[in-house]
Amino acid sequence: MSTIVLLAITGIGLGGLYFLVAAGLALIFGLMRVLNFAHGAFLLLGGYFAWLVGAYLAGGAATVSNLQFLAMLFVATLTGAVIGTLTELVLIRPLYRREIAQVLVTVGLTLVIGALVIGVWGADPKTFPVPAWVHRTTHVLGANVPNSRFLLIGAALAVLGALQLFLRRTRYGLIVRAGVENRTMVTAMGIDVRRAFTLVFALGGAVAGLGGALAGVNFGAVSPGLGTALLIDAFIVVVIGGLGSITGAALAALAVGLLQQFANYYIVGVGDLSIVLLLVLVLLVRPRGVLGSAT
Amino acid sequence: MTSDTANAAVSERNTGGASAHPAPLLEVRDLHVRLGGSHILQGASFDVPARGVTALLGRNGVGKTTTLRAILGIVPRTGTVSFDAQPLESVPTFRIILRGIGYVPEDRDVFAGLTVAENLALAERHGVPPRYDLVFDLFPDLRTRRRQLAGTLSGGQQQMLSIARALLNPARLLLIDEPTKGLSPRLVTETVEALARAAADVPVLLVEQNLAAVHRLADHAVVMTGGRVVHAGPAADLLGDAVLTRRLLGVSA
Repeated sequence: MSTIVLLAITGIGLGGLYFLVAAGLALIFGLMRVLNFAHGAFLLLGGYFAWLVGAYLAGGAATVSNLQFLAMLFVATLTGAVIGTLTELVLIRPLYRREIAQVLVTVGLTLVIGALVIGVWGADPKTFPVPAWVHRTTHVLGANVPNSRFLLIGAALAVLGALQLFLRRTRYGLIVRAGVENRTMVTAMGIDVRRAFTLVFALGGAVAGLGGALAGVNFGAVSPGLGTALLIDAFIVVVIGGLGSITGAALAALAVGLLQQFANYYIVGVGDLSIVLLLVLVLLVRPRGVLGSAT
Repeated sequence: MTSDTANAAVSERNTGGASAHPAPLLEVRDLHVRLGGSHILQGASFDVPARGVTALLGRNGVGKTTTLRAILGIVPRTGTVSFDAQPLESVPTFRIILRGIGYVPEDRDVFAGLTVAENLALAERHGVPPRYDLVFDLFPDLRTRRRQLAGTLSGGQQQMLSIARALLNPARLLLIDEPTKGLSPRLVTETVEALARAAADVPVLLVEQNLAAVHRLADHAVVMTGGRVVHAGPAADLLGDAVLTRRLLGVSA
C-alpha cells in the first residue's frame, strides 16, 4: 500500500512538472500553430538563473530560506517570461505567416541556448539549493513521501488555476480562447491578435521558467540536458491532451506522470516506452487528443 | 462585350460623372487574388455607394467570397482598395475593421467553444459603447441564450450571432457573406428582415445567392463571372430583365 501511495504521489508530482512545460506549449501551438522547440530552452534558462540566484544567496550552503527560495522561483519565472517575449518579438514576429520558418528558428534557438549554457556554466550538473523542508518527507498512508513532490503538485495546481482564471476571466484570455478556434476571425473582428501572440509566449515562457526551477528541485540539480529531456515528455503530453487545451494538458500530464512511475516500478526502464505506447493508443483512438478541438 | 471591357465600362460608369454622383464609399480597382495556384480574382473593379445595399452576385465559384476577404486583407491581393478615399492595401485586417467595416463571414464563423455573451464581448472595443440594446432588439433570442455555447446554437441562431457581432459597434460599411445560406425559409425571412432594418442606417456589400432576398434588400447590383465584374448598375434593372438575369446568373429572377 505504502509503495502505491509513494508511486502515485511521485507520479502526480512528475505530472505537475510535465504540465508546467506542456501548458505553454499547448497555448502557443493552439493560438499560433507554432511548435515551439525553444520551450525547453526557456525552461533551461529559468532553471539556471534560479540556480545562480540560489547559489549566490545560499553562499555555499546546500539550503536556502523560504524567502530566498521564493526569490529563486520569481527569477526563474521572470527569466522565462523575458526570453519568451523576446523570442516572439525578435524571432517569431518577422516570420509571421511562415510557420515552418518559425518552427525552424525555435530549433536554432534551442541549439544556441544549449551551447551557451554549456559554454558559460559547463556540462556538469549544478546542485540546486532548496529550503531544508523540501528535503524532508511527510508520512502519508504509510508512505514517506518527499516534500518536493507536494511542492510540484502545489505549483502545478496554482499555475493551472491561474491560467484558467486568465483564460476565463480576462479579455486577453477570451482573445486567446477565440484565437485557438479561429485566428482569422479574431482579426476580422478588429483585434490585433499579434499582441495575444506575444502574451502567450510571455506566459508560456514564464510557466516554463518556473518549471525549470521546479525541475531543479525534483532532480536535485540543473544540467544542460534538462530542457531537451522534459520537452519530449511535454510534447507527448500536449499531443495526448489535445493541442491548444490547458485542461487537456493537465489531464494528460497527470496520466503520463502516473503511468511512467508505475511502469518503471514494475518493469524497470519501460516508463518512457509506456508513455509512447499511450501516445500511439490515443492517436489511434482519438487523433485530435483527449480534449483537442476538431480543427 | 468581353470581361475586360466590361470591367473598364463598370469602372468608368461608377467613377465617371463624379459631380452627378457622390463619391463611392468603397472603391475596388483591378483586384487580383492568387491562391494555391489558382487565379481567383482576375482584375475585379467596382464601387460600393455610400447608401443602400450593393449585392455582389454571380454563380458559385466566381470569387464573391474571395472579393470580400481580399477587401479585408484576409487573403493576399494586388490592386487597389479604397475606403472613404483612403487606400487599404498596406493596412492590416484588424485596422481595416477598426476603420468602420463590419464583417459577417460565410458559414458564420462563430466561436463554438465560447458562449453567446463571450462571442459578443469579443466584439466590444475600448472607448466605443457596445450597442447591446440594438442587437438584442433585432435578435431577442440571443438575449435569452447569452450563457449558451455558440457551438450548440442552431444554424439560424449562429447566423444571428454572427450578424449581431458585426452590428455591436457602429459601422460605416457592412460586408455580409451569404447570410441566408443553409437556413429554413422561415429563418431566411427573419434574417432578411433583420438585415433590412440594419441596412436602413448603414451601407452594405452583400454576397447573396437567394434572389428573393436580393429583391428585398438590394439597391445596386454587381455581377461577377470568372473573377471579374461583368455588370454593375441598379439592382432593379438587373432583376427586372429576365434575359440578363438568366445570362449572368443562370437563374430566373
